[in-house]
Amino acid sequence: MKVSMTVNGKPASAEVEARTLLVEYLREHLRLTGTHVGCDTTQCGACTVHINGDAVKSCTIFAVQCEGANVLTIEGLAKDGKLHPMQESFKENHGLQCGFCTPGMVMAGIDIRRRHKNPTEETVRHELEGNICRCTGYHNIVKAILTAKM
Amino acid sequence: MAETGIGAAVRRKEDQRFLTGAGNYVDDIARPGQTYACFVRSPHAHARIRSVDTKKAAAAAGVVAVFTGKDVADAKLGSLFCGWMVTDRHGQPMKTTPHPVLAADTVRYVGDHVAVVIGESREAAAAGAELVSVDYQALPAVVSSVAALKSGATQVHKDVPGNLVYDWVLGDQAATETAFKRAAHVTKIDLVNNRLIPNAIEPRASVGDYDRGTDQLTLYTTSQNPHVHRLALSAFIQIAPETKIRVVAPDIGGGFGSKIFIYAEECVVLWAAKKIGRPVKWTADRVEAFQSDAHGRDHVTHAELAMDKDGKFLGFKVSTIANLGAYLSTFSSSVPTYLYGTLLAGQYATPAIFCEVKGVLTHTAPVDAYRGAGRPEATYVVERIVEEAARQLKIDPAELRRRNFIAPSAFPYQTPVALQYDSGNYVGALDKALKVADYAGFARRKAESTKRGKLRGVGFSSYIEACGIAPSQVVGSLGAGVGLYEAAEVRFNATGGVTVFTGSHSHGQGHETTFAQLVGDRLGVPIENIEVVHGDTGRIPFGMGTYGSRSLAVGGSAIDKAMDKIIAKGRKIVAHLMEASEGDIEFKKGMYTVAGTDKKMSLGEVAFAAYVPHKLPTDQIEPGLDETAFYDPKNFTFPFGTHICEVEVDPETGRTSIAKFTAIDDFGHIVNPMIVEGQVHGGIGQGIGQALLEACVYDEKTGQLLTGSMMDYALPRADDVPSYTVGLTTTPCPHNPLGVKGCGEAGAIAAPAAVMNAITDAIGAPLEMPATPARVWAALQKRAAKAA
Ligand code: FES
Ligand code: FES
Repeated sequence: MKVSMTVNGKPASAEVEARTLLVEYLREHLRLTGTHVGCDTTQCGACTVHINGDAVKSCTIFAVQCEGANVLTIEGLAKDGKLHPMQESFKENHGLQCGFCTPGMVMAGIDIRRRHKNPTEETVRHELEGNICRCTGYHNIVKAILTAKM
Repeated sequence: MAETGIGAAVRRKEDQRFLTGAGNYVDDIARPGQTYACFVRSPHAHARIRSVDTKKAAAAAGVVAVFTGKDVADAKLGSLFCGWMVTDRHGQPMKTTPHPVLAADTVRYVGDHVAVVIGESREAAAAGAELVSVDYQALPAVVSSVAALKSGATQVHKDVPGNLVYDWVLGDQAATETAFKRAAHVTKIDLVNNRLIPNAIEPRASVGDYDRGTDQLTLYTTSQNPHVHRLALSAFIQIAPETKIRVVAPDIGGGFGSKIFIYAEECVVLWAAKKIGRPVKWTADRVEAFQSDAHGRDHVTHAELAMDKDGKFLGFKVSTIANLGAYLSTFSSSVPTYLYGTLLAGQYATPAIFCEVKGVLTHTAPVDAYRGAGRPEATYVVERIVEEAARQLKIDPAELRRRNFIAPSAFPYQTPVALQYDSGNYVGALDKALKVADYAGFARRKAESTKRGKLRGVGFSSYIEACGIAPSQVVGSLGAGVGLYEAAEVRFNATGGVTVFTGSHSHGQGHETTFAQLVGDRLGVPIENIEVVHGDTGRIPFGMGTYGSRSLAVGGSAIDKAMDKIIAKGRKIVAHLMEASEGDIEFKKGMYTVAGTDKKMSLGEVAFAAYVPHKLPTDQIEPGLDETAFYDPKNFTFPFGTHICEVEVDPETGRTSIAKFTAIDDFGHIVNPMIVEGQVHGGIGQGIGQALLEACVYDEKTGQLLTGSMMDYALPRADDVPSYTVGLTTTPCPHNPLGVKGCGEAGAIAAPAAVMNAITDAIGAPLEMPATPARVWAALQKRAAKAA
């Protein structure tokens, strides 16, 4: 099946199988390997991207469902070599260690801050339930999301 | 230099690529012509393989090849192995188990590897694997270590009678018994250290690649120690000579021990790549990770502590049964022995200790080192029983610890369980923790909780760990099959800038930053001009890798030693060029000066002179400025500290929330405090996970893994844990050049006991980990029924 969408501001279309997941399309067809796969049960959130501005787990949606959509991945966040404020905040607050959960955390973090203007620590922790990090104990991730200058 | 030197919270160099999606993890690698492997795994915990029929699979569309246990046996591939030979209480070597990379006639746990299907795509390989038909004769299975020791229990391996791998002892039994006879009070405790599944968020993955022209094999794999992998693939699995194998462990998404070991899949993938003449890639899905990554912990322990009338510890005896799984994983045998029994003195001057450990086989996944490896289990036993004793004797738990601590003046201190602690100030860390946690205000906070109908409790954990593993002679005498030094090469380039090649491996620890700080600080080079290379046996000297919190203490010391050589050689060059005597030349932060003169020369200039040696007598001074060093530690390092946890339990639901978690640790000197704090946070997170949430469960009857996905195995989420308060005391390690100790495991070692002591204090009843709401609630009901 043919699928066309905008990925990180550029048009992208390809022949995919109906069963191709968005994350497979991004990683294998477009070689955008910043979006990661950490599980097979929609639990870890390592695969989180934005579809039309909303954070979505790209392992749980087919590529063909994204026909015509605007998809943003971690690779598309920095503009002209300048990190997005959420990326900057993760770096500043040491919100990442191995970096594997990080793309998903950053994309989820942006979405949290978009939906909650001045979130409390409790809100951020609750909102992060769909993203698992095994390295950081969450302390600095929560701090990074709370203090990102956006 | 100060803002990037030793002690500065430098933001990490590696973050740029991780934050922009430019990291290079194994699954990101795509080799031209790459094929995909899918493993056929046993659905049974124990079964005989009658036959494996691969015909349909081999004929399926997109299938390139199918290999079975017979194929690897015909190819004479070696067996997976255990690299640490433990000697039992009778002086006999432990029993070992052969472990073929694809099972030939018997499977011994759910997920055991039986065959591999290689396809043009992931989907083709998976579809092919479905078509492999294995005729199993199911056999009875035993999954608990206690059951496996019962007479008449099903045998896991015929060469291991009674499923007993070893019956190991440490300490002076007679002296300990005598101490118990003198005791005014004995506290007893029974504990289960729950079995855990590591769950690095990056699943294991490997890509095997073969170059026909050079006959070179390259394995890209999720490894914490690529040279150990290369050695094993060559010497044990016998795929090719070491000269023909390159192992690359690029960016790795967390390890926690689980990526130390040599696994079947990576051996098969590399061997198959040569066999079919195309690259072969395998990436575990999460279900495979649950089934086949080496698990951790799984101890059943009885312990007794003898005290005099003032609560002074007289003797301590511990008896533990350790589940090792169905096969002995790479370092499995050492974890419940030399990394556990030796730590049972804790921070205390207990004069007599005796420990016995039975290592047992069961029909479960192999068990090996997981963050802390033996030391969390030891700390859990010691700190739970100390707190229980305090409760029984009605002594404040901080006070009981204080009475029994090894005094700061007593170092070096020889424990009754083999280790010699080099340094420590336990009371210092305890006092600071009491202050930072506002222990004095606990009663007030408890009263306030009570008013709201909540039960509040406080718990301590004063832990010790042995890190920076380890002096090669010592571990060799204890049965280790390898030395545990580390290697480093420091290469000053002709035009400035330094490349550091380290045998340590970063899978999240931030070595590219910490090591750059170390080198920049001493050699006077801006950290942007320092490149740290790791994880590629084709580039780095033979190194032992990262585990046991050893990277800075051992790997960093190796770098420091290589810098000694660089500086010494530079001094020779300066002496020659400045016509001064070597003894008059001083070096500081990148600059050589000649004493009593204003002559000076920077290391950069020296490097240029070394690479363009027009003015050097090259028969006396070799050109170049590039030095390699191997550092073998003199002793373990002994980080310590006190963690204090305060919990609030809701008696209506049994739900525990952590109200406050304070960690005061002593890691000696600190290079990057930001990274150190992050390591502590992460360890505490995993420790709280063990205490409150995580448990690997196999069905007792069928041996099926009941917690085989993230929906069934509860990993801590952001709202399961609090923000942590962390702080440091500083007692430098006296025997390595940097005075550092290691910080990667402290949190996972200390936290479980602190949390469980706090819950026990809150509810006034004992319970096992994980303290799920159901268990806490049941314990409360039981206590209420007893009281009624
Ligand atoms: S890979 Fe999508 S949630 Fe885990
Ligand atoms: S940084 Fe490693 S999983 Fe989050």
